Amino acid sequence: MSVASRLTARRLTGRTSAWTRRRQLAGVAYALPTVVFVVVFFILPLLLVGQMSASDWKLLTGDKGINFPTNYGALNNSPLFWPAVEFTIRYTVIVTVLLIGLGLGLALIVQETSRWVGMLRTVFLIPLAVGLAAASLLFWGFYSDQIGPVNPLLQDIGLIDKPILFFASHQNAFLATVSMIIWKFVGLYMLILLVGLQAISTEYYEAASIDGAGRWQIFRHITFPLLRPSLALALILCVTGSLLAFDHFYLLTKGGPDNSTVTIVQLIYQQAFVRQNLGTAAALSLVLLAALLILNLMWFRLLRRGTAVA
Amino acid sequence: MNERTNLASMFARTPYYVLTGGLVIIFLFPLVWAVVSSFSAQSGSAQALGYGLGNYERLFNFQEGLPRYFMNSVVIAALTVLFTVTVSTLGGYAFARFSFPGKNILFLIVLAILMVPYATLLIPLFVLLRQLELDNTLVGLSLVLAVYQLPFATFMMRVSFEAVPTELEEAALVDGASSFDVLRRIMLPAVLPGLITVVLFAFLAAWNDFFAPLILISDPSQSPLPLAIAVLRQQTMGVIDYGATEAGVVVMAVPCIFIFILLQRYYMRGFMSGAVKG
Repeated sequence: MSVASRLTARRLTGRTSAWTRRRQLAGVAYALPTVVFVVVFFILPLLLVGQMSASDWKLLTGDKGINFPTNYGALNNSPLFWPAVEFTIRYTVIVTVLLIGLGLGLALIVQETSRWVGMLRTVFLIPLAVGLAAASLLFWGFYSDQIGPVNPLLQDIGLIDKPILFFASHQNAFLATVSMIIWKFVGLYMLILLVGLQAISTEYYEAASIDGAGRWQIFRHITFPLLRPSLALALILCVTGSLLAFDHFYLLTKGGPDNSTVTIVQLIYQQAFVRQNLGTAAALSLVLLAALLILNLMWFRLLRRGTAVA
Repeated sequence: MNERTNLASMFARTPYYVLTGGLVIIFLFPLVWAVVSSFSAQSGSAQALGYGLGNYERLFNFQEGLPRYFMNSVVIAALTVLFTVTVSTLGGYAFARFSFPGKNILFLIVLAILMVPYATLLIPLFVLLRQLELDNTLVGLSLVLAVYQLPFATFMMRVSFEAVPTELEEAALVDGASSFDVLRRIMLPAVLPGLITVVLFAFLAAWNDFFAPLILISDPSQSPLPLAIAVLRQQTMGVIDYGATEAGVVVMAVPCIFIFILLQRYYMRGFMSGAVKG
């Protein structure tokens, strides 16, 4: 920061307050596009969503004035609300455990640098480049009893007698969607944890093996604790992303069968554009925002305590 | 000696290659299958017999036509990249090299965008864009998509600018160059890897996004590819056209995979250098 130190030096000589002011103005000018973007497309919508959540605001008729707390009450009374909360949390827990566990497994496999490993990394990362909507439509055909290879494969192994409709039962629909999500996203968690693994100095491993530590002991007492910052990052990303799940349930299971795979964001969409009630949709999206904020605050608390101990 | 080498040498035999080879097949199989099935014959699709371009022909002529949807996606991606790069480069420069009142608060607010769910902003933005007369326009959609790129992009550009040594820049400033000259001639070439990462992420996000167009675009002539293909699938007329849908998947996925592999060198280096810094 020697530009800054030069500035203070100049200020001491008393000659250049004009120069400092010009510098400040330039800084404001460069930041101006950011300010405009943030105000128009972030702060204004946040204020508006607050107003909408407290108003009788339908898709077609628009703002009909404050009706607080009707929208929030309507949420609690909606038969879909609590099942959606429960389903979203269950999905988040299962997907997080699987993605981080499998991501760590892959990261351990691709630690070395060789031609083959470089190719492996690329292959595991490729599904990340495919969009979630595209991947959902891909697997929609992949799982179908019409053209998909999954049914014939399961029949060949002898797991099923005749083709099954994957999206006709809750269990199969859930299993199919989670498998797709793992295929698509596990590379990201591999990458995050790989970066963490690479940052661990080999000296620790050398010292431990000189001391006669076994493979499991080394993982348990060296790799795992030193990997904690990366694991925390992976956890935050995965939990936040999963709580906001939408595309794949909208496109693959369509929330079915019998609304058993409706997530919270799907409910927001439904309230806004199927029920055409923007007010309740706004209320629900604020509840979701509050839940995420609380969760993030808890993470930061935990993280800070964690690093204080370590 | 070294645990990693031990692990590698232990695995550097057949079981390792069987395991990893199996994983490669699992990861690539769905993609290969999508490509093959988009060219092959299916009942209810335009490709009735053998292999051919029937599914792509149907996709080409679907409603507004594939070229229209493809161009919409290209325009949305290009505008989103343009908005993101412009705002985050200027902003990143401001945050890294200047001091001005409100700087830290502004940076925090930009990062806070990450904490707000997509849906929470899209519901009011749906109303707001209509008031700005940007509803059902590619520009409006791109502006919204760029907002969600800002936290990562601004952070990335700030870090990139901060990593550039100040000597050259100071010499130029003393010689009377303007701060914009410095940005253009000295800084931009130095932050190119960060810039490319920002471009890649903005492109992928904009090209692939489904939720924002689903909410903000109701005019079929303004649909990007993901929305159009989802509609194509629902347009059943009794028979679901899996073939044309998978052809659509291929059209959506191939450009992304191509660019992703092409730019791998850049973003992998970016990620891995993060490891050294801890």
